[in-house]
Amino acid sequence: MRVRALTAVLLAGGLALTACGKEGTGTETGAPAGVFEVAKDVKVDGSPTFEKIKSRGSLVVGVKEDQPGLGFKDPTTNKYTGFDIDMAKLIAAQLGFDPETKIQFKTIQSAAREQAIINGDIDYYVGTYSITAARKEKVSFAGPYYVAGQDLLVKKDNTAITGPDTIKDKKVCSVTGATPAKKLRDDKLVQPDSNVVELQSYSLCVTKLHDGEVDAVSTDDAILKGYAAAEPDKLKVVGKTFSTEKYGIGLAKDDKALRDKINEVLEKSLTDGKWDDIYKNTLGKSGAEGKHPTLEKY
Amino acid sequence: MGVLTRNLDLFVAHFGETLRLFAFSAVISLLAGVFLAMLRVSPVPVFRGVGTLYVTVVRNTPLTLVFVFFVFAYPYLEIIKFEFFTAAVVALSIYTSAFVCEVVRSGINTVPVGQAEASRALGLTFTQMLGSIVLPQAMRSVVPPMVSTFIALLKNTTVAAGFSVREAGAIRDALSEAGESTLVGMLWVAGIFVLLVMPLTFLQRVLEKRWSVAR
Repeated sequence: MRVRALTAVLLAGGLALTACGKEGTGTETGAPAGVFEVAKDVKVDGSPTFEKIKSRGSLVVGVKEDQPGLGFKDPTTNKYTGFDIDMAKLIAAQLGFDPETKIQFKTIQSAAREQAIINGDIDYYVGTYSITAARKEKVSFAGPYYVAGQDLLVKKDNTAITGPDTIKDKKVCSVTGATPAKKLRDDKLVQPDSNVVELQSYSLCVTKLHDGEVDAVSTDDAILKGYAAAEPDKLKVVGKTFSTEKYGIGLAKDDKALRDKINEVLEKSLTDGKWDDIYKNTLGKSGAEGKHPTLEKY
Repeated sequence: MGVLTRNLDLFVAHFGETLRLFAFSAVISLLAGVFLAMLRVSPVPVFRGVGTLYVTVVRNTPLTLVFVFFVFAYPYLEIIKFEFFTAAVVALSIYTSAFVCEVVRSGINTVPVGQAEASRALGLTFTQMLGSIVLPQAMRSVVPPMVSTFIALLKNTTVAAGFSVREAGAIRDALSEAGESTLVGMLWVAGIFVLLVMPLTFLQRVLEKRWSVAR
């Protein structure tokens, strides 16, 4: 039995590392008909990115592929699903491009986001991308389109962990070098230092959580909700956020015209109910209410 | 320069961890590698078989997989609990010792058979022959490839970044989250690695000079 579990884990671990397969289920998502109506004759004057998109005839959008419910790529169908993906599609439709045929999704790791935008590898990035002052110096952000907060994911039957003040001597997992891990250390929420476990992806953290090798996984509630929604009978989100992360659409720094255009799209989606439609069909499946963000038009 | 000075404590802490990983793994893999080489040239067929099997398997396994085993699969065996740092040292040592073994063995092959035959004629046991006649000469002739193996080990430590060991390989992720330029950061990491390798190359030159008269 042990050997079989071992083999399974070896395979899963190896696959996860090479990103050939992922644990966690990609829940069937997709906004209802009518959300992605393709706008006609869209003009974004003075936007170099939009000029590039037009001459190419399609969009290249940077996303994540390992976050169920947010940005997830089904390894069998190669289809991307989730809240961020639908947001990217909504924007594409409003820019006049059919989201089903004219978007090429490109998986970009967190650490490579700024560089991908600066290099022009992608037209815009939608993937739990927090708006921070330091990042604003290199790229610019439309949005926020979602406001998240750092939270904890634990096993369903865990009653000991009820919030950030109950994890002092627990093992808490997050992603290598990421802000949540830094916050756990800097605020001394977890002691000693080595109890903060840093792995390459949240999927690996969730695997370790299932194995009981870590007591909690910590990052933005949006990401955690995605995992909880995939296995609601095994995992739960504690629900006490202890930070505020505003997710924005990352785009080239000098492109104010496109930023204004995307802000306009997002604003409209909040008033005409498209934002809610998208939320309901993705993150909303976790049962948690979706709160509208307030746009920042800096 | 800014990226380095602004994040000096990050660089110092992470490179400190790199050096710690390197020091532990280097010592263990040197000892284990020499032991493996002894197995491989031993007159006992079983020992030779074990040594050959080990080297063949480990040398053909990607280092990342060795790490995956010790970090994700090994805990299932429920033998001894490892901290991530220990797991990294074990993974690196297991991997590197296979390479050290082959370097030492190639050195042993450079020692003329007559030496072994002469020592046996003098009545030395296999261990005595290896320990006082063959290995000292073998080690002298393999300084450059041995140093190369350890330089590779130093750089291989960066794989541990994905397995909760905060060494130099994790600097990029931390810089990126802090909004620093990862490109400049990586150039600094590369530069510091060059600096770290320099003492090793210096050691190589000294040993080569000092030992060149041995034969």
